[in-house]
Amino acid sequence: MITGIIIAAVLVGGVGLFIGLFLGVAGKKFEVEVNEKEIQVREELPGNNCGGCGYPGCDGLAAAIAKGEAPVNACPVGGSAAAAKIAAIMGQEAGEAVRMTAFVKCAGDCEKAGQSYDYTGVQDCKMAALMQNGGSKTCSYGCLGYGSCVKACGFDAIHIINGIAVVDKEKCKACGKCVAECPKKLIELIPYKQKQAVSCNSKDKGKAVMSACQVGCIGCKKCEKECPKNAITVVDNVAHIDSEKCVNCGICKKTCPRKIIL
Amino acid sequence: MKELLIIAVGAAVVNNVVLSQFLGLCPFFGVSKKIETAAGMGGAVIFVITLSSLVTSLIYQFLLTPLNMEYMQTIVFILVIAALVQFVEMFLKKSMPALYESLGVYLPLITTNCAVLGVAVINVQKSYNVLQGTVNGFATALGFTISIVLMAGLREKMEYNDVPKYFQGFPMVLLTAGLMAIAFFGFSGII
Repeated sequence: MITGIIIAAVLVGGVGLFIGLFLGVAGKKFEVEVNEKEIQVREELPGNNCGGCGYPGCDGLAAAIAKGEAPVNACPVGGSAAAAKIAAIMGQEAGEAVRMTAFVKCAGDCEKAGQSYDYTGVQDCKMAALMQNGGSKTCSYGCLGYGSCVKACGFDAIHIINGIAVVDKEKCKACGKCVAECPKKLIELIPYKQKQAVSCNSKDKGKAVMSACQVGCIGCKKCEKECPKNAITVVDNVAHIDSEKCVNCGICKKTCPRKIIL
Repeated sequence: MKELLIIAVGAAVVNNVVLSQFLGLCPFFGVSKKIETAAGMGGAVIFVITLSSLVTSLIYQFLLTPLNMEYMQTIVFILVIAALVQFVEMFLKKSMPALYESLGVYLPLITTNCAVLGVAVINVQKSYNVLQGTVNGFATALGFTISIVLMAGLREKMEYNDVPKYFQGFPMVLLTAGLMAIAFFGFSGII
């Protein structure tokens, strides 16, 4: 009995030892020189492997930066701090990385927008969005509130509060995971410094929006007319702010009759 | 010789590892987008399975059987397979970086390709000797390569087809695999 155990242990151990030696020798023989810069760059990257840069994880981005295929500020999570260090490694000037943040273009929480029917299926936005009228919410464009974005976020920066997704601007690293996840295409990346954004995505006409939600954009174009920089355009009955032109004057906030420019 | 040929044809076509035994489906679906990478994957699998069935047969016959340690086969086989895959990975990274890149994560995943362990266990179950086991391994891997390359060819053509929205991507591939399995069923009874 005991000898059996010992034989088994020695056997597996011996095979393992032999294999280890074999692999060690082979590893030396088939060693591939890794670009030194690649290792250094990899160390500066955050290491969340979130994929926000579009490369397969931080290793992938480090390889691309080392080869010069990706810009030094390609990592949206590391921001300008990481970009500066990587630029130093690569011997380049770091471009000014604008800090971005995710923004949910819906403010129709449980009080402001109703439900047109009871949805009792799988508690997931992608599933709910396949239901009649694109979900049970009275507004077929609004946030469904089942938290697909919350599950996608690796930084605990987005939460469902009172039935709609709300981004924690301080925690958000703008990796873009939630943007890709939302079946309603409600989330977009806006500059961190931009103080106003239109919190509605409804492309319905004014009257339909009014009956569906208390805080929907009715496409009245008041903001479009008032904006001194012509930064706001109303397309498909919903206003949109051009971040490049916006100077954070806040006139649109005061003008909006529905108070939905936040 | 005739016996070996029967084993080979049986393993490669009649009992095709993917299409009639349903082993090794992960790379079969994962890397069958392009014929080139599919063939590369097939090559890697042939290498790994042939070597692993040789080594596992040797270990089983000359190490496990004399020591009455047959029950340790699974763990020892897994050790050997993992090491071989690691070796193939190093080898490809050094000598064929392009293939290494295109195989991506599926190359280390050969470790968990059940076809590899499957062949080793089948060799034991059918009590093949070392030569028969190696031939069986090689032929099985060849069968895997045949089916994955055929699948890649079909998928390349499928790109141009107007597939209904809900069948696009993997549903269509799974359907195709099912039809291929039915076609391969025609070989049954030859041996």
